[in-house]
Amino acid sequence: MAIIEAEGLTKTYRVFQKKEGLLGAVRGLYRREYKEVRAVDGVSFSIEPGEMVAFLGPNGAGKTSTLKMLSGLIYPTEGRARVLGYVPWERVDAFRRRFALVMGQKNQLWWDLPAADSFQLHKEIYSLPPAEFDRTLAELTELLGVEKLTRQAVRELSLGERMKMELIAALLHRPELLLLDEPTIGLDVVAQVAIQKCLRDYHARRGVTMLLTSHYMRDVEALCSRVLVITHGSLVYDGSLTGLADRFGQTKLIRLEFADGTVPADLARFGEVTRSEGPVADLKVERSRVAEVLGAILDRHAVLDVSVSDPPLEQTIARVFEEGRRTHDAA
Amino acid sequence: MTPPDAVAARAASPVAAPDALAADGSAPHLHPSAKGPAATARKYYKIFRASLVERMTYRGDFLFGTILRFLPLVTTILLWQAIYKGVPGGEMAGFRYREMIAYLLLTNISRMFSSMPGLAGGIARDIRDGTLKRYMIQPVDLIGYLLSYRAAHKVAYIVTSFIPYALLFFVCRSYFDGFPDGWTLAAYAVSLILSFLVGFYFETCVGMVGFWFLEVTSVLYIVMTLNFFISGHMLPLDLLPQPWSGLLKALPFQYMAYFPAVVFLGKVKGSALAFHLALELVWAVAFMVLARGLYRLGLRRYSAYGG
Repeated sequence: MAIIEAEGLTKTYRVFQKKEGLLGAVRGLYRREYKEVRAVDGVSFSIEPGEMVAFLGPNGAGKTSTLKMLSGLIYPTEGRARVLGYVPWERVDAFRRRFALVMGQKNQLWWDLPAADSFQLHKEIYSLPPAEFDRTLAELTELLGVEKLTRQAVRELSLGERMKMELIAALLHRPELLLLDEPTIGLDVVAQVAIQKCLRDYHARRGVTMLLTSHYMRDVEALCSRVLVITHGSLVYDGSLTGLADRFGQTKLIRLEFADGTVPADLARFGEVTRSEGPVADLKVERSRVAEVLGAILDRHAVLDVSVSDPPLEQTIARVFEEGRRTHDAA
Repeated sequence: MTPPDAVAARAASPVAAPDALAADGSAPHLHPSAKGPAATARKYYKIFRASLVERMTYRGDFLFGTILRFLPLVTTILLWQAIYKGVPGGEMAGFRYREMIAYLLLTNISRMFSSMPGLAGGIARDIRDGTLKRYMIQPVDLIGYLLSYRAAHKVAYIVTSFIPYALLFFVCRSYFDGFPDGWTLAAYAVSLILSFLVGFYFETCVGMVGFWFLEVTSVLYIVMTLNFFISGHMLPLDLLPQPWSGLLKALPFQYMAYFPAVVFLGKVKGSALAFHLALELVWAVAFMVLARGLYRLGLRRYSAYGG
């Protein structure tokens, strides 16, 4: 049985249009004009137990609105969803005990108290048996390497340490589904990697299903084999991360190292030269022409080394977003 | 809109056979079986205890706050002294000078139970900044949580300020005619506990306004200022001319300051006392029902328009 099943999820917000200036403000007092904004527009997908799925999309694409519907914070305007077998926005306790939502920008812990006290509170809120709670807590603090920090007031912790504590709090009741909204936002690279590692290890250990949104492609590359790409409220891609490059990455990057120590002058006629330093050059060519171009270059020049790679994922994603925008505008 | 390769990707994704689906049904995830009112009561009691620990970290604040709270009393005593000098017969609406000072001291005790600093504003802020989501996602009820938290706050406050209060009343003992009898004291204790509930649910209702209005500070200011007067915190409601005095005594606000004080002074007795205690309970329940209703309506609105 799928852990998440979404069918035609649609969310429309009514946004109050404030008129400019004082006159507009006065007019707004008695006559309000609203604009309908379709934040999510008929999104359907399903997620199986144990999957780690990334939700990608530019700001305002509808990622967070979708997460909010799946966690029961908002009702959809249309469409259906089942999460862990429940309708999320009915918010029954049995459902709420089985998932967790971590928002990178929101604090759940008591600011002035050690995290350990907040964990105790979670134990009570989720009515966790003491022995289980102790075992889980020990396991999680060890996994994240924060055994020594739980007795320190949360406000004295670094952002990265605080995020680890947030994660522990979210995992204490051993949720089957973990929804993460920008879990590494604002963190430095070291802390980002630490959070990624912890999520990966935890996933390997517990097989928890994860759905995360992130702006950092590194998070996605490190964690998720499947991505959902949403732009302007519509799902434009659902598939593997590598498939994303196949589908949307229309170019490949060829790196060449020439034997004679210089880059030949006629290289530009094969494609776009994005870098040229000493004997090494990067050449961007269309996917379909890679074999042909390589053959031609190898025929003409002595090449010491060659490698072909996909352009950075960020570029591919940007292209998908761009394409989504164009089809949206055309519609 | 699902491309065909999605199916392949899904099939290929490393599903680590999550033990949640173990065939024998022995879910390793924690699904506490604790249910029913006893478990719920236990949960909120534990929240109360955890909050008590938290509040105790601010005991320094408490002591300082208690001392500051009584500074204005000195001027109040001097003021009433001056007023009573011009009163023929030394009595106003059944209050002699000494009784008046005792009354004003006692309303401070009432307010210690019924005032909820930051409660309404805190709820409105939680709604506005999205902290409310926590109560929607976790298996915990906002109002139940806040009640446990407030109760802990009050207990911590009363315990830490017991000594300064005892000292103050000892210094001011000449204003009192000794201690009331056991029954009166018991009724007084009940009236104080009920005044806590009336105050809590009333302010919770005010806080729920935050679901409909973004900016609530002015509403809060008006309500709190008005409450200071109509609860009898400033002066006994009997001092007002009719029909105001009767009107204010028919409102629930008197239970937050006036009523417990006059119970202690022995001005309400017998069947009138029983009637008012019952009415105080009715008001507490009424505000509770209203708070719950507003919360439900508010959540519906919040869920529809997004947070």
